[in-house]
Formats: sequence, structure tokens, C-alpha cells
Amino acid sequence: MWGNLESFSDFFVTGDPLILGAQVSIALAMVAIVLVLTIFKKWGWLWREWLTTVDHKRVGIMYIIASIMMLFRGGVDALLMRVQLAMPDTNFLHAEHYNAIFTTHGVIMILFMAMPLMFGLFNIAVPLQIGARDVAYPFLNSLSFWLFFFGAMLFNVSFVIGGSPDAGWVAYPPLSELSHSPGVGQNFYIWGIQISGIGSLATGINFVVTILKMRAPGMKLMKMPMFTWSVLSSCLMILFAFPILTVTMALLFLDRFMGAHFFTLDAGGNPMMYINMIWMWGHPEVYIVVVPAFGIFSEVVATFSRKKLFGYTSMVFAMIGIAVMSFFTWAHHFFTMGSGADVNAFFAVSTMIIAIPTGVKIFNWLFTMFRGRIRFTTPMMWTIAFIPCFVVGGMTGVLLSVAPADFQFHNSYFLIAHFHQVLIGGVAFGYFAGLYYWWPKMFGFALNEHLGKWAFWLWNIGFYVCFMPQYFLGLDGMTRRLYTYDFDMGWGPLNMISTVGGFLMGAGFLFQVWQIAHSIRFFKRAKGDHWDGRTLEWSIPSPAPLYNFATEPVVNDVDDWWETKQKLAKGEKLAPKPALQPIHMPKNSSIPFIMSVFWFGAGFGFVWDWLWMAIPSMVGVAVCMIARSFTYDDDYYIPVDEIERTEKAAALKEASI
Amino acid sequence: MAKPASQHAGGHHDHEHGHHDLESLKTLGFWIFLMTDVIIFGCLFAVYVVLRNNTAGGPTAEELFKMPGVIAETFILLTSSFTSGLAVLMMHAGKKKALIGWLAVTAILGAAFITLEVTEFIDMVHEGATISTSGFLSGFFTLVGTHGLHVSIGLVWMVGLMIQLSKRGITPVTKRKVEVLSLYWHFLDVVWIFVLTVVYLMGVM
Repeated sequence: MWGNLESFSDFFVTGDPLILGAQVSIALAMVAIVLVLTIFKKWGWLWREWLTTVDHKRVGIMYIIASIMMLFRGGVDALLMRVQLAMPDTNFLHAEHYNAIFTTHGVIMILFMAMPLMFGLFNIAVPLQIGARDVAYPFLNSLSFWLFFFGAMLFNVSFVIGGSPDAGWVAYPPLSELSHSPGVGQNFYIWGIQISGIGSLATGINFVVTILKMRAPGMKLMKMPMFTWSVLSSCLMILFAFPILTVTMALLFLDRFMGAHFFTLDAGGNPMMYINMIWMWGHPEVYIVVVPAFGIFSEVVATFSRKKLFGYTSMVFAMIGIAVMSFFTWAHHFFTMGSGADVNAFFAVSTMIIAIPTGVKIFNWLFTMFRGRIRFTTPMMWTIAFIPCFVVGGMTGVLLSVAPADFQFHNSYFLIAHFHQVLIGGVAFGYFAGLYYWWPKMFGFALNEHLGKWAFWLWNIGFYVCFMPQYFLGLDGMTRRLYTYDFDMGWGPLNMISTVGGFLMGAGFLFQVWQIAHSIRFFKRAKGDHWDGRTLEWSIPSPAPLYNFATEPVVNDVDDWWETKQKLAKGEKLAPKPALQPIHMPKNSSIPFIMSVFWFGAGFGFVWDWLWMAIPSMVGVAVCMIARSFTYDDDYYIPVDEIERTEKAAALKEASI
Repeated sequence: MAKPASQHAGGHHDHEHGHHDLESLKTLGFWIFLMTDVIIFGCLFAVYVVLRNNTAGGPTAEELFKMPGVIAETFILLTSSFTSGLAVLMMHAGKKKALIGWLAVTAILGAAFITLEVTEFIDMVHEGATISTSGFLSGFFTLVGTHGLHVSIGLVWMVGLMIQLSKRGITPVTKRKVEVLSLYWHFLDVVWIFVLTVVYLMGVM
């Protein structure tokens, strides 16, 4: 029954003090969580209010909590690597452990940190920005979250059970094949990504339909808030890119599980096909995560410059242009593969072209700030810091896109510095700006700005201290994925500086945690329109009531809420609000959670080749789907008097601030 | 429900209308899902085409494929697409029994298709042509098998829908479900045409 398990240590990873420490702390944390929930009798609350919720605002909050936990894990991985590399000939991590850590760092930061943080912000902001009561498919939305969550847990469990994957974050074969990675780590990789990938695809469909079909009356496409445009662009890319990932992972699994020969070296397999396929997903993927960050910057820069966004139309075209172009650049990840000068020339040029719409955006943000009355709040500071950082990161990207030069840069620390600069400077800064910006709307209280500024400066100084030396290390010949180096290489000093920078960013993260804890402790209620905002989400109380909008808003302009406020200030009368009506709402459901648990079971079973576990779990998944199909009673109405009571209570709170 | 004041707002929906919106929203979502499924099949076709000559000393397409069975499968599946169309016509005519009847015929034809396909696969495996024989066969079994898996899922779905129809009759919700299922079924038919051409016909040519 236990198949490939011969001893205890095949199952639990043993023998490494670092991992033992992690195992003990995980066990203690789980005991603590269970104890707290039991002592405070919160199990029922957790189940009813959170685990079974289909409310987009709560799903969004769960995404964000999970992604911050993943940021911690990915960040610890990063610091372990920086400690190992700080000095030549270090023995802090051995080679296999180092391989596992750079693999999990990459996967976690992209797929289990950036993606869910992005989905969290989608969930929080999009329905409120377009004046909708929820997303198009609230049930599917909850299912997407739980698939992501259990996929991420399946992946994370690998470092204490069975051993982590260690073939790099995109797992090139033949290294990731059974012949070269016989352990279960690579199976965890495949199933963790596969399960959460289904959730991502469903989210893509959900938000495309939400944005196309559920906008408030009067909100034409070209009157949508820019963040909503960026989400549409990102979701369209998800629709085209994620199916490719699904197929790629499935084929790699068939190779490992059934002895197929898709990517093997023998019997007619073709490893390069994997590399093409993974980057056909992987390149759009980096645009999927960065375009919503552009949307956030656009909202923030307009709000805190008190000006309309400069060049709305060009911004929209730039976003859609990026979405299309992102599918034509994938081969620049392997110019050295040997596909010839013509192919390389095509992908070099397409990569350079995609820099153009990005440049357009940069000028739009700069001109929005020009002669604006800028307020230096934390979201705005992250936005301002993003611009130079992303320009430098983008320019080094253009350097890398020059195919002949890339033969020199390829797989060096120059590349590492480049993509960290666009992913931290673009994606992480953007999502931080978004988190600070929408935090009052999510939770109804503001974050402490003073601590936030400390975090900001630590992150920013830390970033440059960490990654600028890596460009030079790359030019000095240091390649990526080295677990140690000789003293004679002369890379020691720059690596030490880089490590210091890494720890400064770690300190920045601690300040953010402190900032959140401090702001909860010294609770300061936020107004509905906390930042003097421009879009519809600021026209309702913070946090938004369950039904979002008591009456459906009618939109006349871009930045409709700002225009409304201008009209009010001029003393113009607004059209009277329509009378309240009962609001149609979806009922909570336990099926998404239960179904995702079955998916976890199936994934775990396939990882260990335990069909006695995998097959019943898949049957469980099917039963859940059938149960959902037979559920007809899945909605209810919120009566008018309840809406009235909620609105009055919110108005009272607002008046007390 | 008092609501006279709301008429001028331009965004007024009454509840019946809201329900229709919800169903058409789900149909749109299913269309988009089908487009992502197109990409899944597109990838599998591309992989198959890359690998189709990599037989690694194992059997080739010409040696392996038995066209009579494949042509029978094709006609059965095409007919089932026609009968699922008849089912939708009966639904629009409001004939519940005929609707369930044609769905049952469609399901039986679908099951016959799957039976033939599984038999074909078993024969191949007995001849020593398995998924692990060569890159060509890995691509073949995965592409054709993924289509077969889709058809099998469609069968379970169809049976579930027939039960729901007999319990609830033709309502806006069940109507949307039948329409979506029939979309799915026609889609699988289209994919099969490509399988027939790219895999079987080009294989024995």
C-alpha cells in the first residue's frame, strides 16, 4: 500500500537541522491555531463566515492573507540563499538543499505569492470599481481560491514531507524527468502547480465575464477605471496562457508517472518542446502579474496628484498591446538554444517592441504628476519609487533582448538582477501600493503611515543595495544557481553587499508586519472615502457592506465619483437615488472547500503513486461537482429593511469619525 | 416591492430579468471556457505533430491504425451530435419527454463511441504499442485519450441532466444547462474531425 516508502525518512525529511526546526515550528503553529480556535470557540465562525463564503471581499482577504504567508516563506528562502552566498566557500547550505531552495523560492514568489496577491486585489477592487454586487460566478470564485490554497499547501508540504523539488522554478527536462529526479519532489511541483493553475484559469474566466457584463449602467468600456482595464488585460492573457501550462504539467506528469516520452532524451522525446511550452505560458505570466500593477499605479497616481490620468486612451491601448505582444516573445528565454539567427532576430525584435507600450505608460504617469498637487502617502511613495526602478529594470531587459549579447548575459547574475528589478520594482511595489491604497476599504481602518514610510525606505534602499551589485557580478561572470564559489573568483565583496541589501528588505517586511499589528492595536476608523478617491469604490462605506451598493450606481464619466464630488461642491443637485429594492445574493457553499480538499488528496496520492488514495479522491471531486449541479437553491434576497438598517449604521459610523 | 421612483434611472432591472441575465452570463462563461479548451487541444495537437515521426523503432501510424473502426467511431459521434441538436429543438418546442429521449439516444451513441475507442486502445496495447513505447505513441494516446475523457465526462453530465430534467422540467435554468451541454458536445465533434484528419488520415496516408 505504501508503495515506494521503505523507511520513515523516505516520508519525513530528516537529518537537516534547518528543516527539523521548520518541522517543529510548523507543528507548534498548528497546535496553537487549533487551541486558539477551540478555546475561543471560533470553529463555527471560521466555517460559516470564511471557509464557505462566496463574498468576493472575503475571498479577496483570504487570498491576501495566504499570499503574505507565502511572501514570508519565499523571503526566508531568499535570505537563506543570500547567507550561503555572502562569502566564498561557505558551508551553510549543501548543494542539494540550495537547489531545492532556489526552486521553491521562484515557484512560491511567482505562483503562490504574486498570483494570489493579485487575485486578492482583483477581488477586493474590481466589483466595487464597476459598481457590481459580486463577481459573475461567486461560487466559482470561492472554488478558485481554495484550489489555489490547497495547491499551494501541497507544494509547500514538500519541504517537510518527501523532499522539495530541486530542478529550478520552470523545471526543465531532462533534469525534471524521472531519470534525473527520481524523488517525489518534482511530483509535488507538478500537482501543486496543476491544482492551483485550474483555480487561476477559472479566475481569469470569472473576471473577464464580470468586467464585460456586470458594469454599472453608463460605464462604457472607455469609462472604466484603469485598474479594471488592467485586470481585463491580465485575465485575457490568463485565458490564453494557463491552458498551455496545464498541458505542459500534464505531459511532464505522464512522462514521470506512466513512462511516456514527451520530454525524455530517449525513445523519441523532445526536451526542447517542454522549454518552448513552459515559456509560452511563462512569458505571458510575467505580464499577467505586472499589468495589474500598472493599473494600480494609474489609480494611485491620479488620486494623489488630484488630476485625471494623463492619456487614458493610450494607456488602454498600451495594456492591450502588451497583452497581445506578450505571446510573441517567449523564445528570448533561450536564445542560446540554437534555433538560428532568423528565429532569434524575430524574438529579439518583438521583445524590443514590447518595451514601447511600457514606455508610453511611464510617460503617462509622469505627465499625470506634472503640475499635480502630489500628496506623499505610502501608496504614492511606492508608485514614485517604482518609476525609476522599473525604467532601469526595463532597460536592462532590452539589453538582454539583443540576441548576440544575450549569449554573454544568459543565465548570469545580470539576468537575475534584471528580473528581480522588474518583478520587485514592478510587481511587488505595485501590489504594496495597492494593498496600502485599498486597505482602508478592505478592513475599515487605516494603516499607520509613519511605520509604512520606514518600511518603504528599508525596502527601497535594501533593493538597490541587494540587486545593483548583482548586475556587476553577472558581468564578472557569476552564473545563476551556483551554491558556492571560490575565493579567487573575486565575487566575495559584491556578494556580501548584496546580502546586506537582502536583509534590509527583510527588515522592511518586518516593519510592514509591525505596521499592521500596530494599526490593529491602535484602531483608527477610516472614512468611506479615505483618500479623497476618484472611482466608485470610494462612494460606499469602508468596509463595504455585504451587498456593496445599496442602489445600483449610474455612471456618466471616467472617475465618476470624483466628478460627482465636484458637482456637489459646486452646489449642483444630483439625481435622486432610486428607492431601495431587495438585493439578490448568492448563498454560501461548503462545496468549494470540500472539493479542494479532495483535490489535495488526489494530488498527494499521485505524488506518492498511491492510487488507493488518488482514485477515491478524484471520485470525491466528481461527487462534489455533481452535488453542485443538483443544487438549485443557491440564492436569497436581502430584504429592504435590512439594507436600510445597514446603511443607517454605516452612516452613523461615518459621522462619528 | 415599491419601486416607482426608480424608473428614470436607466439601469433598472426587475427580478425576472435579473434571473435571465444570470443564465446568459453562465452561457458566456462556458463559451470562454470552451475557448481555453481549444487551446488545450491545440497544444496537444502541436505536441502530436512534433512527435508523430518519432517512432523510436516502435510501430508506425500506418502499421497501427485500423480505419474501419475509426470510421465507425466518426459516424457514431457525428450522429450523436445530430441527435443532441434534435434534443435542443425538442426543448425549444417544450417537449420534455422527447428532449430526454433524444438526450438518451445521444448518450447511448456517445457510450458506443467510447467503447469502440477503448477497444482500439486495448488492441494496441496487446500488440505492444503502449504510451511508453515511443514519443509518437505518447502523443497519440494523450491526444485521443484527452478527447475520449472529455466525451466520458460529457456522458456523466448528460445522465445527471436527464435526471434533473425529469424532476424539474424545462425551466430557464435547465434550459441553459441543456444548451451548454449541447455546445460542449458539438465542440467535441469538431475536435474529433481534427483528430480524424491530423491523426488517422494523415497517419495512414
